[in-house]
Amino acid sequence: MNAPLRGDVRHVAKNMRVDLRLIADMIAPGARVLDIGCGDGTLIAHLFHTKGCDARGIEIDMAEVTRAIAFGLPVMHGDADTDLAHYAADAFDYVVLSRTLQAVEKPHEVLRQMLRISARAVISFPNFGHWLVRWQLLATGRMPMTPTWDKPWYATPNIHPCTIRDFFALCEAEGYVVERWLAADEAGRRSPWRRSPWLANLFGEQGLFLLRRR
Amino acid sequence: MEQALNPLSIAHQHVRFADGMVLDCGARLPSLEVAYRTYGALNGERSNAVLVCHALTGDQYVAEPHPLTGRPGWWDAVVGPGRPIDTDRFFVICANVLGGCMGSTGPRSVRDDADGDGAALWGTAFPPVTIGDMVRAQQRLMTHLGIHRLFAVVGGSMGGMQALQWAASYPDRVFAVVPVAAAAYHSAQNIAFHEVGRQAIFADPDWQGGRYWQTGRVPARGLAVARMAAHITYLSEQALTRKFGRRQRGVENSAAPNGRDAGRDESAGLGMFDEIFEVESYLRHQGSTFVRRFDANSYLTITRAMDYFDLAQDHDGDLASAFRNARTRFCLVSFSSDWLFPTAESRAVARALNRAGANVSFVEIESDKGHDAFLLDEPGFHRTLAGFLAGCAEHAGLA
Repeated sequence: MNAPLRGDVRHVAKNMRVDLRLIADMIAPGARVLDIGCGDGTLIAHLFHTKGCDARGIEIDMAEVTRAIAFGLPVMHGDADTDLAHYAADAFDYVVLSRTLQAVEKPHEVLRQMLRISARAVISFPNFGHWLVRWQLLATGRMPMTPTWDKPWYATPNIHPCTIRDFFALCEAEGYVVERWLAADEAGRRSPWRRSPWLANLFGEQGLFLLRRR
Repeated sequence: MEQALNPLSIAHQHVRFADGMVLDCGARLPSLEVAYRTYGALNGERSNAVLVCHALTGDQYVAEPHPLTGRPGWWDAVVGPGRPIDTDRFFVICANVLGGCMGSTGPRSVRDDADGDGAALWGTAFPPVTIGDMVRAQQRLMTHLGIHRLFAVVGGSMGGMQALQWAASYPDRVFAVVPVAAAAYHSAQNIAFHEVGRQAIFADPDWQGGRYWQTGRVPARGLAVARMAAHITYLSEQALTRKFGRRQRGVENSAAPNGRDAGRDESAGLGMFDEIFEVESYLRHQGSTFVRRFDANSYLTITRAMDYFDLAQDHDGDLASAFRNARTRFCLVSFSSDWLFPTAESRAVARALNRAGANVSFVEIESDKGHDAFLLDEPGFHRTLAGFLAGCAEHAGLA
């Protein structure tokens, strides 16, 4: 039962989403990491096997949780909105929230909890300020439908869309230090506009931030 | 109802600790016997031992035919070669709990303290035991077997309570624990159901104030009723409906009007309060088979041990402090239709473990089989257990 496990995990890591690679690049080896909304645990498996991290996960989809634990990964069923409050302060070095912030009930509270239980937070989210989104709303007067925002308004789980500039403003208001940030396209490839938040907000399909407490 | 076989006549593999054991209640057992079974082989480093803890009415015969009933081991689907707890890989130990009736010291053992006469049994004079006492007895067994650190402790229901107690009492002696369909305390509702069972035993005239062995009879009716009531709590409404619905015995189409009169063979002599519905027949069968293998006084002792269980209370009301700085890895599993040990209880343990900074996996398995699901064929649970143990083996450096 052990032999297939290692092989499977390596297979998963090889096919990891590119944006997860960008996130993994932000995390120091050997760190204690909590991945919120970890899915089948691809990122935590990658962090354990390549960086020796003590990586754990929370996932709301029970089928994904079962899959992750069956892979031998420490994942628990839980909800970003309600479960972070149950972790001790500074329990982790990094907490990761990948493409989930826009779907939680109280994004600012989730961020607050993340930076309570961890020294640093890595957050990625789809950018609602992308030019195609802006253009569609302007031109058609209807809610945008793009490869990133691919569900109609009544069916989308993304109840709190925000733009890259909105996120900068929230960090400013909450007193978080942006240590690193970058914009990426949908596949997670780095965009060249990372020097300018204005350009990134127009051309980046997703934002990726590394925050710490002030 | 059939009388029980005399289980004293069966020899169980056991170890005897002549120095006895002090219990949580302060009483001292002059000697301690722990009956156990093992499967697989202990490796050279003695690092591949898995302790399986049984539930209220379980025993040490986890993966082999039961010596009394001849039925397969109670966790045959989980423990064995190539199974989730793989005996090709792990050395599996299962011990009869303290207070039990399959060879470990309990109410059916010969009373050997100062008040005993060397012939009479403990009966209800057996001191109250706790889950902590049961675990202490298991820990003695581990030391006897030369196992300093268990790779894992796995158990369902009361076995899950023991797994949690292991993590709290001996954090350095267990690498991983898997409490399944369990809780950190016994709820008021669960104590209430236990009390119904105990009162059924007390109400049986054959119980004789607990000294039934003197009459050669056992309180079979009382114990069977206790089992029937308890068995309902192990199932779910969905499972009962799926298995039995409103079907009546000996009736082809019980949904038909007057089906009872039309279809029943009157010569069978089923009266108004005989087994009319199939679910009644099932429960009666559960009750009557149970009394053949279980001792009433043991049932009283062990239900009480569960009732006393409250891990937080032992740590000033803070469950997290029971696991403070624990390096043990945890995997909590609950079942969606379990109303005896509902998911909320497992989640509460998982959250306490998060507060304590422990490494915890937690999943609720979708099942309509109620509390009993942990004993049944649940592929999602089995995959989870196998994967968790495989992952832990990697972390523990087990080849």
